[in-house]
Amino acid sequence: MNKHEFSIIGQPLPKVDAWAKVVGETRYADDLVMPRMAHGKLLRSTHPHALIKRIDTARAQAVPGVYAVITGADLPRVKFGILPVSQDEEALCNERVRMVGDAVAAVAAQDEETAEQACRLIDIEYEPLPALMSIEESLGHPEIRIHEYGDGPNVHKNVALQFGDVEAAFARADLVREDVFFYEGNTHLPMEQHAAVAQWGADGKLTLWSSTQTPHYVHRLLARILDVPAAHIRVIAAPVGGGFGGKLDPFAHEIAACKLSQLTGRPVKITLTREEVFYVHRGRHPVLMWLKTGFTREGEITGSHIKTWLDGGAYGSYGVASTFYTGVINPVTYRMPVYKFEGARVFTNKPPCGPKRGHGTPQPRFALEVQIDKAAEQLGLDPADMRRRIVCEPFTKTANHLTVTTIGLGECIDKVVEASGWREKWRGWQTGAPRRGPLRRGVGFACSAYMTGAGTAIYWNSMPHSGVVLRADRSGGISVLCGATDIGQGSDSILAYLPAEVLGLDPKDVHVPPADTTLTPVDLGSYSSRVTLMCGMAAIQAAQRLRAVIARAVARKLEVDAELLVFRDRKVGVPDDWEKAVPFPHAVELAEAMHGVLAFPGSYAPPKRAGKYKGGGVGPSPCYSYSACAVELTVDEETGEIELHDVWIGHDVGRALNPLLVEGQVEGSVYMGIGEALMEAQVFRKGLHKHPSMLEYKSPTTLETPEIHTILVETDDPEGPFGAKEAGQGPLLPVLPAIANAVYNAVGVRVDEVPISPEKVLKGLDLKRQGKTPRVGPERIPLFKFKEPLVVESAFGQPADAVAVRPFADQETSR
Amino acid sequence: MMRLPPFTYLAPKTVADAARLLGEHGADAMIVAGGTDLYPNMKRRQFEPKVLVGLGAISELRGVRGSASRGLSLGPMTTLTAVSQHAEVARHYPALATAAGLVSSPQLRNMGTIGGNVCVDTRCNYYNQSYEWRKAIGFCMKKDGDICLVAPGSSRCWAVSSSDTAPVLWSLGAHIRLTSADGERTVPIATLYRDDGIDYLAKRHDEILADIVLPPADGWRSRYLKLRRRGSFDFPVLGVAVNLRMDADVVSEARIVLGAVASLPREAKPAAESLRGQRLTEEAITRAADLAAGPAKPLDNTDYAHFYRKKMTRVFVARALRSLAGLDDGVDSTEAP
Amino acid sequence: MKVRLALTVNGESREVLAPVHKTLLEVLREDLGLTGTKHGCELGECGTCTVLVDGEPVLSCLALPVAIEGRAITTIEGMAEGGELHPLQQAFAELGAAQCGYCTPGILLTAQALLDETPTPTRDEIKEALAGNLCRCTGYTKILDAVELASMRMGARK
Ligand SMILES: Cc1cc2nc3c(=O)[nH]c(=O)nc-3n(C[C@H](O)[C@H](O)[C@H](O)COP(=O)(O)OP(=O)(O)OC[C@H]3O[C@@H](n4cnc5c(N)ncnc54)[C@H](O)[C@@H]3O)c2cc1C
Ligand code: SF4
Ligand code: FES
Ligand code: FES
Repeated sequence: MNKHEFSIIGQPLPKVDAWAKVVGETRYADDLVMPRMAHGKLLRSTHPHALIKRIDTARAQAVPGVYAVITGADLPRVKFGILPVSQDEEALCNERVRMVGDAVAAVAAQDEETAEQACRLIDIEYEPLPALMSIEESLGHPEIRIHEYGDGPNVHKNVALQFGDVEAAFARADLVREDVFFYEGNTHLPMEQHAAVAQWGADGKLTLWSSTQTPHYVHRLLARILDVPAAHIRVIAAPVGGGFGGKLDPFAHEIAACKLSQLTGRPVKITLTREEVFYVHRGRHPVLMWLKTGFTREGEITGSHIKTWLDGGAYGSYGVASTFYTGVINPVTYRMPVYKFEGARVFTNKPPCGPKRGHGTPQPRFALEVQIDKAAEQLGLDPADMRRRIVCEPFTKTANHLTVTTIGLGECIDKVVEASGWREKWRGWQTGAPRRGPLRRGVGFACSAYMTGAGTAIYWNSMPHSGVVLRADRSGGISVLCGATDIGQGSDSILAYLPAEVLGLDPKDVHVPPADTTLTPVDLGSYSSRVTLMCGMAAIQAAQRLRAVIARAVARKLEVDAELLVFRDRKVGVPDDWEKAVPFPHAVELAEAMHGVLAFPGSYAPPKRAGKYKGGGVGPSPCYSYSACAVELTVDEETGEIELHDVWIGHDVGRALNPLLVEGQVEGSVYMGIGEALMEAQVFRKGLHKHPSMLEYKSPTTLETPEIHTILVETDDPEGPFGAKEAGQGPLLPVLPAIANAVYNAVGVRVDEVPISPEKVLKGLDLKRQGKTPRVGPERIPLFKFKEPLVVESAFGQPADAVAVRPFADQETSR
Repeated sequence: MMRLPPFTYLAPKTVADAARLLGEHGADAMIVAGGTDLYPNMKRRQFEPKVLVGLGAISELRGVRGSASRGLSLGPMTTLTAVSQHAEVARHYPALATAAGLVSSPQLRNMGTIGGNVCVDTRCNYYNQSYEWRKAIGFCMKKDGDICLVAPGSSRCWAVSSSDTAPVLWSLGAHIRLTSADGERTVPIATLYRDDGIDYLAKRHDEILADIVLPPADGWRSRYLKLRRRGSFDFPVLGVAVNLRMDADVVSEARIVLGAVASLPREAKPAAESLRGQRLTEEAITRAADLAAGPAKPLDNTDYAHFYRKKMTRVFVARALRSLAGLDDGVDSTEAP
Repeated sequence: MKVRLALTVNGESREVLAPVHKTLLEVLREDLGLTGTKHGCELGECGTCTVLVDGEPVLSCLALPVAIEGRAITTIEGMAEGGELHPLQQAFAELGAAQCGYCTPGILLTAQALLDETPTPTRDEIKEALAGNLCRCTGYTKILDAVELASMRMGARK
């Protein structure tokens, strides 16, 4: 289909759930109330690292209004974790706590106050162990082990991959730079605090409503953790009040609610406090990075070598994937013929890190884009032009065997250069920024790429990643059943638009019930920017199957060739003879009479393109989105404060299925990038989170958020639904380095770590005044032995495999 | 959900009744105005009063009376929004309007009162935490414990005076009227504060702040600058209030008061002294700013590094003075930059 | 201590028997079933729980119902009049200003108070008025756009 043939795709339509949201009708998990419902509360560890010697719940049990108190002893003794390779969590800790905030007991009571009061009456005796609060401490104390498993004492994961000969590549270069960067950890901070309601029915079956991004994984894991057949568990995703990756693991409160419901015979609700959300976390890993890259005089990259150390926190979570992500995505942006990556994730006694918007990739992106800026200066090149020249070739493979398809980065760069007035504003290196009093203006540039859905599932299997069942009703409405969860990104709307487009309906005619493991086919979850592409493809397949059957029935009735039929305006007919067109409800009746019940599946699994080496499964994606970003800001030389004025962002989204939604995702990503660049940080002190509150964890308000100018670039990717790629994460990535580069442009200070606080800017200015190198950032890297690298030939420049062969694809859906 | 501990709520209609109730209930009772400071603290179990005496129903405590030429009287129950938007205040005591208008967020200013702001609890990031957090770290002497976690050897608490309006009112030379069942007294606001993070107010528990009186504004010019990370929500981690009386272009009287650098607002007397009889030249300003940074002794218990807050004291004092001198330094000086 | 509260919520008189220490947020959500009012911190630090009291935005997590008896409380459920959406609600839906929607009730009510007082605010005035409402999804861009659109439409209507 061509763009101009679409009726819904490309239109700035309201989201299907917008109306409910603007009148307060949407019922989030904490809004659910059930008869006889009890309220639960978790008791959490007050020690960063300790053995549990004794738990006495007697005093809590005795509180009037308490229905049940449980500890780890009441749950099956299984450890779990989202990744099969890191099964290291317990819902309620039995022998040992590994962070302040680990759950150790839970109470159900007639109201939340009573539950809280009872929690405070649970007596626990701890034997404190030394707490390891940083990468250095954990590596420096192998005798204290946070977990017994892993790739070494306190080393969760140690990976090393090499594609081609980096030393030779550096030898070929005109300029080789080595830089060290640090990216502080930060958290998702969804406005909605996690909540879950569990109801263990008298029939022995369990239903859980939860604010989760991944009902399917919760379903699977609950069965294991509770030792109940999965067939007797139903997980329903409540509308999620913000996720960003923070609601992607199974959590203690979900499990405790289930158990408490079983014991009390009542529905049990547990809603976390804001402070608990900071402990549950799974946010951005703090990452220390060493990056060495060779450049030619023209700015071509000859090769790049990155080492990353991730501060993982107390548990595995998605950490193994996160570790790989700090290494594997950098090569998809620029021509990078030779590449080496070494990464290690270290356990510490802090809340576990995991996936946050951009999962593992913003950190190395920050390093690379700042380093490119430094190289451009040394080479005397315009940093936007330099990037423009070295953009990857479309439909080729990268050094690390990732297949890239369409690349709109060049166009993104051009449009951002144009829109931002880059040519006038960027006045060359060392020319001195415009000044007014102590205020200096600067501009900065950076680019990035991100994946559109992970090419492999979290647990190995060859089933679809996304499934849809599409049911047509005699009313003329259709229902799209899919296990995807709308976390605000608009996936329910996409699931309505795509079938509506195929079937000539209005999105309002399409019903998208919430993900429900008993009703909706599996979708793996709302992560890695996979939903629009994967569910979208499955929905299109299902819709096309329905369309084919309806077309046959209508063709018979109108006595025309089915090929000639057009579906539009809720009618099916031949364009030349539109008066005879059959209204859609009637068409459904005809088809149902002919075919029987109209319910059609759609399935999607990504093309199998994993690199044929160990570790090659992380990084492949059906396609990659691209972004270019320019930032204009002012730095106050007396205070070090940074004021952002404008952010221009060009984003290659393949096709904007709904430009409003895409812009919304881009703007939200930019916003989050700004927060991470300037102020957001998970900081720890004396074994505790320094400030687990909305007030002290600084999230930008309207006053810190600049005007964001979004420019959408469409490349019509053959892998995506009607050509679409992702938009929800990638645009965060270039924002941080663009800001760092703009700060340098304004005041000549390099802050090689985020957040770029006023203190750091001032420190840089002081160094500059003293005639020292005006750089603020990490000085050292840990003494650490990475694994012997797995050496693989570079696949750089090889042509992409022709049109991808996908499992479950059929004639109708291949375009 | 964070919830309040149980209490009994009393809503007297007159100051006299309120004073009587406070006298009756003694240490069990606390005064509540807008509750924007007290309720979060109660939810974190910093306070668990058995009785709350709400002042909301006492109409005599609400509103601004008088005029700039004879002096203004600010009812302590006047909301921060009302203070910041009051025409007379904005025109003649601009620093006060600025400070009131920079407190937290618009919603909070609709609820929070000027009286509550004057009496607001001192802050410390070891203290403004939930009960569970404080238990995990081992409590400190301001509540439930006996050591100071910021300055472990110290025998006192260094929690920070974090009111925006207090330094301004001090610099304006405001007086306050305190009423209790035993009678009333009117004192300079400067004497309300004590250099102690725990007992930070030099008033009895049962004394109600019943009035805030500003002296006539004639000839005085004032500025307030606030340092914080975000333009909304955040408490000051440095406040600079400057009030000058000018005789043509010569400073005849000056008061500089710093907020959020100690357990009480700190008057920078030598700095102010140095300006007297001077024209506001760059040199005079620099000298005063250097002197003002002297008394600022921030500790590491708020947002921003303490060395940075100390450094900013100089910059902010200079900026406030430059702005009063009408010297354009490129920065918008009524708002924090 | 339980007290009988006579509240005026969305134009209706409602009587509730509730402990005096329950905040307005809790009473609205738990006693009156008005779960449209959301919460993100319960400490005055996010603005999510904003409702209108006599037309002014206040934080329901820090308001005590006894202290506001007799005053007009408006929640998101009362914003649409007689089944017709407020122009702000319409604009928010049309422009995609609600993503996850969790901050939306508080922001809509805050914006309504702004437009009631300042029918044609500048973008900076809108930013100032909404500076007490955090949103983690939208980057505020579409929210500001929607307030501008609603303001324009409301002006045109008069
Ligand atoms: C998120 C957040 C951000 C904030 N940011 C700021 C900020 O930027 N700047 C700032 O200055 N404050 C800030 N505050 C603190 C507080 O909201 C304000 O200081 C507000 O003005 C307090 O007024 P209130 O009427 O709500 O006081 P309340 O909470 O009612 O009372 C505060 C204290 O004063 C006492 N009190 C109140 N009135 C009287 C009276 N008439 N007589 C005797 N004692 C009295 C009370 O007993 C209590 O101890 C913030 C609070 C929050 C929750
Ligand atoms: S200054 Fe010391 S005693 Fe006072 S609140 Fe902070 S830690 Fe506690
Ligand atoms: S819930 Fe955050 S301000 Fe009320
Ligand atoms: S729309 Fe999700 S927080 Fe604002």
